[in-house]
Amino acid sequence: MSILVDANTKVLVQGFTGKQGSFHAEQCINYGTNVVGGVTPGRGGDSHLERPVFNTMREGVAATGADASMIYVPAAFAADAILEAADAGVRIICCITEGIPAQDMLRVREALNYYDATLIGPNCPGVITPDECKIGIMPGPIHKAGKIGIVSRSGTLTYEAVKQTTDVGLGQSTCVGIGGDPIQGLNFIDAMAQFEADRATQGIVMVGEIGGTAEEEAAEYIKANVSKPVVAYIAGVTAPAGKRMGHAGAIISGGKGTAADKFGALESAGVATVRSPAEIGQRMDQLVSG
Amino acid sequence: MNLHEFQAKHIFQQYGIPIPSGFVARTADEARQAAEKLGGSLWVVKAQVHAGGRGKGGGVQLAKSLDDVAAHADAMLGTRLVTHQTDAEGLPVNAVMVEQGLDMRSELYLSVLVDRASRRIVFMGSVEGGVDIEEVAASEPEKIHTVGVNPIAGLQAYQVRQLGFAMGLTANQIKHLGRVMNGLYKCFTERDLSLVEINPLVLTGDDELLALDAKMNVDDNAIEVQRQAEIADMRDLEQEDPTEVQAAEHGLNYITLDGNIGCMVNGAGLAMATMDVIKVEGGEPANFLDVGGGTNKERVTEAFKLISASPDVTGILVNIFGGIVRCDMIAEGIIEAVKEVGVKVPVVARLEGTNVDKGKELLANSGLDIIAADDLTDGARKVVSAVSA
Repeated sequence: MSILVDANTKVLVQGFTGKQGSFHAEQCINYGTNVVGGVTPGRGGDSHLERPVFNTMREGVAATGADASMIYVPAAFAADAILEAADAGVRIICCITEGIPAQDMLRVREALNYYDATLIGPNCPGVITPDECKIGIMPGPIHKAGKIGIVSRSGTLTYEAVKQTTDVGLGQSTCVGIGGDPIQGLNFIDAMAQFEADRATQGIVMVGEIGGTAEEEAAEYIKANVSKPVVAYIAGVTAPAGKRMGHAGAIISGGKGTAADKFGALESAGVATVRSPAEIGQRMDQLVSG
Repeated sequence: MNLHEFQAKHIFQQYGIPIPSGFVARTADEARQAAEKLGGSLWVVKAQVHAGGRGKGGGVQLAKSLDDVAAHADAMLGTRLVTHQTDAEGLPVNAVMVEQGLDMRSELYLSVLVDRASRRIVFMGSVEGGVDIEEVAASEPEKIHTVGVNPIAGLQAYQVRQLGFAMGLTANQIKHLGRVMNGLYKCFTERDLSLVEINPLVLTGDDELLALDAKMNVDDNAIEVQRQAEIADMRDLEQEDPTEVQAAEHGLNYITLDGNIGCMVNGAGLAMATMDVIKVEGGEPANFLDVGGGTNKERVTEAFKLISASPDVTGILVNIFGGIVRCDMIAEGIIEAVKEVGVKVPVVARLEGTNVDKGKELLANSGLDIIAADDLTDGARKVVSAVSA
């Protein structure tokens, strides 16, 4: 069991023949992901990485029965790609692209309400169910099929949590990076709800960062709805106010979104917090194997 | 990216948002001529810097004669203005705005921003303008009113009324508010803004509204995808930290901090976490630095040079979790940088992930004095003890 993606997920790659798209599509194929083809407008009919190339998502979905999309198109065209995927009827849209203007994402996110699709990202490492399906840019070998669900706003910090839960022998059910942008698809609460319902998941790691109030909202949700142990880490205790720390969403503004507020909210919701990401694996092991 | 007040007002004009008459001046003479052109007997001279709190910092002065205007401009230009939003060195004043004094009945507050929780463009209004709005938000939150705009439907007339009546404006004043809000919404969406703040929005004796000040912040992503050419040209590099500007030219994400331990990390989240753990272990980070996901050897070399160039840095912590980024490539970049510039401070390196063994081997055989660390906590401990030794 897992959430979002599994061995049956059929993936189309948008921006398939570009440099990024090619590189990561190949990595995903090597990992064992069922990549059924890709889309590059104007290249329809070609073959790439031994898979068909389509001009449009509609054509691709009709020909392959794909239910997921992985997006590598450049930031200027990514909003269009997300809506094209939704319109073609895929269930999971995973947008890796970073740097999409916020105005684009505001419109896209609102329009997605009309479709039965889950957007993951943008500006995220993707989603992986170990040994079954990897959609994204995360390094495959650090993962191990197992019982911890991981949800994170940050790429490399996700890898920290993954490696540690692998090293202590717990492994992961599914890991999902929700991305570092202010306007995003899947959020902490959506992921928490799915992990809570997933039988394979026995514990949940949540990695947040400064900016916004998503962690505080997740804390309230956990308190009321999550019975499984949760370990949380928040990055950015030392970040100065008013400075964007790499991610468009990681900024303390108007005194809101500090790491201290988030740690406080999570602790009062009964979540086990750690002050160094190096402690995530051990802390989770204590709670789950205890 | 931040804009100057005069640039923001230039954009306001294009969207029919009323502003006081005024001119920008770069010398005392120009300031005097601007005041002459404006006429009247009362002027305001305002320093143009990318920071709020200018009034309290001495950057906003009233002038009752042309000589006063020139004297104030002369006193401000060429200096650095320190406000509660700048560091102790302040920001350079290379231009001033000279505006006509106004007949102000009251000062309102109006801002527009992207609210991520509701995924709406939100207007915030208050009758408590002209003061620090964050204080109002903390002490009298009921005096701040908001409306959120559906990004597909756009701003509706009822939302203007809702905000206007909540702020206690009359029907006639709300007509003027509508002009301001519609202009702002159009400008916000067309120009990819992430924040606009008008504080104060002045209500004049004849019920008109004028944007007396303007703070405008533009979405960097929109600049990056090159769809805001006019705004991109308005960038004033002199208002930005030179090291951060230099870093950005090399595709590095760098922010200067106050401490003494330089950090080089891949990934923004991990970079913040590295700073945090240094602090937990009793040290102070000198910077935030994300070398990025698709980095290369040259970028790593530049990053390392940048960190070690700061006289404040007495130790460096490298923390890499290689995914796409290979640890051996990072090691090569570090070795290259040390060869080029020499590094006189202790360096602690924690490498993990893709090709980690190869990377560690390269560092160990480089002949350089690099301290290896097992994980982030270990790395932070080692660099803190190295700098305090």
